[in-house]
Amino acid sequence: MHPAFSVIFLTTLIGVGQGLFLALYTGELYAVVKVLPAQVDSRAFYGGGSLLALGLLAAGLLASLFHLGRPERGWRAAAQWRTSWLSREVIALPAFMASVLLYGAVHSLGWNPVLLTLGESIGVELSLLAGALAMLLALALFLCTGMIYAAIKFLQEWASPLTVINYLLLGAASGFTLATGFSFYTAPNLMRFYGIWAIVLTLAALLSRSASLWRNARLQYRSSLQTAIGVRHPHITQMAQGAMGGSFNTREFFHGRSSRFLHWVKWLFLILVFVVPVILLAGGLQTGRAPILLSAFLVQYIGLLAERWFFFAQARHPQNLYYQTV
Amino acid sequence: MTQLALIIDLNVCVGCHACVTSCKEWNTSGAAGFLSDDRPSGKDPTGTFLNRVQTFEIGTFPDTETVHFPKSCLHCEDPPCVPVCPTGASYKRPQDGIVLVDYDKCIGCKYCSWACPYGAREVDEHQKVMKKCTLCVDRIYDQTLPEAERKPACVLACPTSARLFGDVHNADSEVSIAIREHAGYQLMPEWGTRPANHYLPRRKTRIQIHADELERVDNPLRKERQLPRPDLDEPSLDDATSW
Repeated sequence: MHPAFSVIFLTTLIGVGQGLFLALYTGELYAVVKVLPAQVDSRAFYGGGSLLALGLLAAGLLASLFHLGRPERGWRAAAQWRTSWLSREVIALPAFMASVLLYGAVHSLGWNPVLLTLGESIGVELSLLAGALAMLLALALFLCTGMIYAAIKFLQEWASPLTVINYLLLGAASGFTLATGFSFYTAPNLMRFYGIWAIVLTLAALLSRSASLWRNARLQYRSSLQTAIGVRHPHITQMAQGAMGGSFNTREFFHGRSSRFLHWVKWLFLILVFVVPVILLAGGLQTGRAPILLSAFLVQYIGLLAERWFFFAQARHPQNLYYQTV
Repeated sequence: MTQLALIIDLNVCVGCHACVTSCKEWNTSGAAGFLSDDRPSGKDPTGTFLNRVQTFEIGTFPDTETVHFPKSCLHCEDPPCVPVCPTGASYKRPQDGIVLVDYDKCIGCKYCSWACPYGAREVDEHQKVMKKCTLCVDRIYDQTLPEAERKPACVLACPTSARLFGDVHNADSEVSIAIREHAGYQLMPEWGTRPANHYLPRRKTRIQIHADELERVDNPLRKERQLPRPDLDEPSLDDATSW
C-alpha cells in the first residue's frame, strides 16, 4: 500500500493523545486507591494534561481531513456505524475528545464533588466517572482504529488481532512516555511512576510488534496471479497493464520503494520506537533531567512515524497481482 | 432475485480495447459528470477508467498463448467494498444486484478501494470521489432506447461478442447457460466475494483419433484399398449399397 501521511499522522497523534489520557487517568485511579500519594496540583496536571491530549487528538483529526477527497462531506462518515469500523472511529474520536474535555474541565474548574464514598476512605469524585467514560472510549477508539485495518481480510499483513494490540500498546507506550516528560514539570512525584510504566509498555509493544513482524515474514499469500486471472499455468507474464501511464491502481497500492529501503525503515523504527526511548527513559529517571525525558518522547514519536509508514508499505494488496510490472 | 452481470469470454476477446473506449465515452458523457483525464496526449497520461483490458502471455516461448483480460467491477454478490463505506455512498442495489457509488455522498476516503481485492475502483482525481463500473445503469433501463440497445456500452461495442450481459440468477438466461456450458469461472474465489461477473476460459477444439480409427482392425493384411464389389447375384440392400 502507498503510505499516506495524513493517515500516518492521524493514527500516531491520536495514539499519543489516547495514551496520554490513559496515563493521566491511571495516575488518578492509583491515587484514589492510595497506591500513589494524593498529591498533585490537579489543575496543572490533570487539566493541563487533558488539554495537551485534546490538542494531539485535534491535530490528528485535522490530519485525517487531508485524507478525504471531499472533507466538507466528512460529517456523513458517521452514518454506517453498523457495518463500518471507519464509521465507528469517526464517532468514537469526537466522543472521546468530548469526554476528555469534560474530564479536563472538571479538574481545571475545580468542580469535582465527591459523589459517593466507598468503604471508609475512598471518595468517588465526578472526575473519576468522567475519566472512566473517557477510558472506555479511548479503548474503543483503539479497537476501531486497529479494526479498520484488521477487518480487511485479504490484506493478510493486517488481518490479525496483533494489529489491534499493536495500535493499543504503541499508543499507550508513546502516551506514557509523553506523560513522563509532562509530569516532570507538573507533578514531579509521579515522574518515576510514569517512567517505569512507559518502559514496561514500550517493551510490551516491542513484543507484540515483533510478533507481527515475525508473522508477516512467514505469510502464505492466498491469492496468486493464477487465481487473479483464472489461468492454471505456472508461467504467466504480463504484457500490458491496460494503461500507458500510471493509474489510481498503480499509485494507491504501491509504496514505490525498494525492498532494501523497507528493510532499513524496519530497523530504524525498531531502534527509534523501542531501544532508544527505553534507554533515554531509564537515563532520564536516573538523572532526573527533563530534556532527556522529552527527547525520549520525541525520538519515540519520530520512530512511530516510521513504524506507521512501514505498516502501510508492508501490506501487499492482492490487486497488485494485476499490475506485475509497477 | 435478479443479479445482472457481465460474462467475458476470454476465448474470443482479441484485446481491441473497444469496450474500454466505449465505456469511457458513455460514462464521461452522462449525468454523473466527466471521468477525469490528465495529459491524455502528454508525456505521462493518466485518467479514470471503469474498464481496462490487460494482456498476459501464458507459458514460455515457443509454447505461448496470449490472453487478453478485460477487467472491471465484478458486482460481487457479497461485495467487501460495501460494508466498509462509512457514509453509505457505496451500496448494492437489491433489485438487480448492481454495486453503485452515490457520487453525492462519497467523501473520497478510498477505504472501499482498499477493501476491493480486484482493484476495480478508481478515484476520480478531479471530482475527488470513487468511481466504478455501473453496468451502465443509466442506459439499460432507458425506455427511450430501442430494446436491443438497452445493454452496457462495452457489450454493444465488442466486435467479437466476447461480452455477454444478463441475469446470472435466471438459470435459463444466455449468461447462465454460457457459464454452465462453457465452464464460466470467478476471479479470486478464495475470498468468498462471489463475483457476479464470470469469465469463460480459453477453449481448444480437439478431436481424439485412436489408432484403430486410422487402421481398420478387420483388415488382417493391414492394406487399405477399395473393397471388392460383391457379385451381382448376391442379395443386396438398397440402403447400404450403390447398386
